[in-house]
Amino acid sequence: MKFMNTIEKDSSRLNRKSSISGCFCIRFFRKTISGLRLDALALGALMASGFAGTSALADIRIGATVSETGPAAFLGDPEARTLRLLVEKINAAGGVNGEQLKLFLYDDGGDPNKARTFATRLVEDDEVQAIIGGTTTGTSMSIIPIAEEAEIPFISLAGAIEIIDPVKEWVFKTPHTDRMACEKIFADMKKQGYTKIGLISGTDGFGASMRKQCLDVVGGYGIEVVGDESYGPQDADMTPQLTNLKGKPGIQAILNPGFGQGPSIVTRNYAQLGIRLPLYQSHGVASDGFIALAGKDAAEGVRLPGTALLVAGLLPDGDPQKPVVTAYIEDYKGSHGTAPTTFGGYAHDALRIYVDAVKRAGSAEPAAVRDAIEATSGLVGTTGVVTYSPKDHLGLDLSAFRLLEIRNGSWALAE
Amino acid sequence: MPELMQFLLSGVTVGAVYALVALGFTIIYNASDVVNFAQGEFVMLGGMVTVFAHHAGLPLPLAALIAILSTAGIGVALNKLAIEPARGAPVVSLIIITIGASIFIRGVTQLVFDKQLHRFPAFSGDEPIRVLGATILPQSLWVIAGAVAVFVGLWLFFTRTLIGRAVLATSNNRLAARLVGINTGWVMTLSFALSAGIGALAGVLVTPITLVSYDVGIALALKGFAAAMLGGMGNPKGALVGGILLGLLEALTAGYVSSQYKDAAAFVVILAVLFAMPQGLFGKKSTDRV
Repeated sequence: MKFMNTIEKDSSRLNRKSSISGCFCIRFFRKTISGLRLDALALGALMASGFAGTSALADIRIGATVSETGPAAFLGDPEARTLRLLVEKINAAGGVNGEQLKLFLYDDGGDPNKARTFATRLVEDDEVQAIIGGTTTGTSMSIIPIAEEAEIPFISLAGAIEIIDPVKEWVFKTPHTDRMACEKIFADMKKQGYTKIGLISGTDGFGASMRKQCLDVVGGYGIEVVGDESYGPQDADMTPQLTNLKGKPGIQAILNPGFGQGPSIVTRNYAQLGIRLPLYQSHGVASDGFIALAGKDAAEGVRLPGTALLVAGLLPDGDPQKPVVTAYIEDYKGSHGTAPTTFGGYAHDALRIYVDAVKRAGSAEPAAVRDAIEATSGLVGTTGVVTYSPKDHLGLDLSAFRLLEIRNGSWALAE
Repeated sequence: MPELMQFLLSGVTVGAVYALVALGFTIIYNASDVVNFAQGEFVMLGGMVTVFAHHAGLPLPLAALIAILSTAGIGVALNKLAIEPARGAPVVSLIIITIGASIFIRGVTQLVFDKQLHRFPAFSGDEPIRVLGATILPQSLWVIAGAVAVFVGLWLFFTRTLIGRAVLATSNNRLAARLVGINTGWVMTLSFALSAGIGALAGVLVTPITLVSYDVGIALALKGFAAAMLGGMGNPKGALVGGILLGLLEALTAGYVSSQYKDAAAFVVILAVLFAMPQGLFGKKSTDRV
């Protein structure tokens, strides 16, 4: 009786989903048939193994909750688009291990409470086998306990180091941390011989967190922070702060951790005041939009750590990331008309890591997939080359960042 | 000395932005005692519509005109669809309706347009103007000129025109205004159209400096509201002086004390002023018959 219920539930779910995804009757019919056939197989498997569970379903069920709207929409929007695009593409190419991927995607609007609710729904109602998402650190942190309790892999798309430090059994992440961005920037400053720098950071979550991480690691590079200014995320003018930094004796460079409009305005004010010191921005503004907003002339010479995705055309032919980022950019441009952002790349990498692990594990069974994710080695993504280990669920090193410089209104490799 | 000058110029730049937003509050407040919390959304719409019309190939002045007119239309729609049906509701309910409207407008904007930051070119280039060793962008002068022009226009409107006095009369006593032949419904519609238009004009002028995205309205409205309260709600002179004063306070605190405390310092001063002068610097003294 229990088995019958499972079948009914599964086929009705399939029907519901395929009618939602468009009323193509042939596809609908085929899916139902294949669903039933797989369910019959699953039934056999269940009978053979003698226990009931959710491990043998018709499709590989992937859950996602990202911030498609709300304050983090410019991060979450490309992430959602990327997930939909790639799942469609993988399915069109025959799926993974012969099974189709099914994406359950929710928009949490950047609200950690909603993210928690959706994560619970993904686990209990949609019975997903993994969760990708958590656009912001806040939403990621609220998904973690749900994934840990349900014992399914969770691949986060948010920056903060707290997500994977200390290491949690079921939690992985794809973006680099802001601490790594600081280290990349300071390494370059050290190479240039700068020892006295000024900080001007946004008071939003990103700016405040990166400022703290930068202050933590700056000592190791023999660099002294001689000025530490801040600005509100919606401020219209930062010339007083920059005037003060400019006047600090011996200052050699200025770093601006922040994202949103702040860094663009800082860069404009920098040019307005005619400050000649080198300006470093963070990876938070690593997109073509930044150059347009700050203005080509004002942005000239600005350095920042970014991913290979931004400079796909500039990568040497032997670069392992070149084919991956080029393919992703072409796919994304093909369906959305614009080039993807770094943030879309985080989702791209998360899905690739998951699919790669499912292939190696031979099934989508969560525990096996988790072990396979942890054993990921040398997987080339858009953000970097990922190698996880039981002690490292971030999987990236400083080589994942490229130090970029804006020259003549476009990106150039500074190294 | 150049430092002080730079702080002052920065303060005036930011202050003029606040003043322009604050001026938008005055008309609706004068007509109905309602503080329109969707005012920031009007500013945002002015910027967003101009950006997208400009991208579609229209020349900037035409794009700006379309933005101002369409936003005025949205202001009228807000009055007709949300405020008028709630006629007779207490002022607090009407204010809450405007908060709801602001959330609605934000939501629609991110669907109709997008969620990215935008900017269009400054009207007279980005070459900074040097004043006593400090610099100011030409666009800041446009914003200041815009704020002064709107202020003069409003002042003339309220003191020299019959319609402006009709607006004030409607605010004073709606029934009496109706008895002397003022079409109060029309006055309300007009005041929403003008307020929205002024908001959109502010958006057009400040976007090259502040940039625009669907969610910039809240912060602008809050600062503009604070400026209007400081100067005296409903008085155009108060809005102008309050805005500039708030901007200067922030810039001087950021320059001489600490940028961490600049918002806090500004609000402490506002609280102190309101404590001594509850009606704001230029607010009307109201006497209630007990």
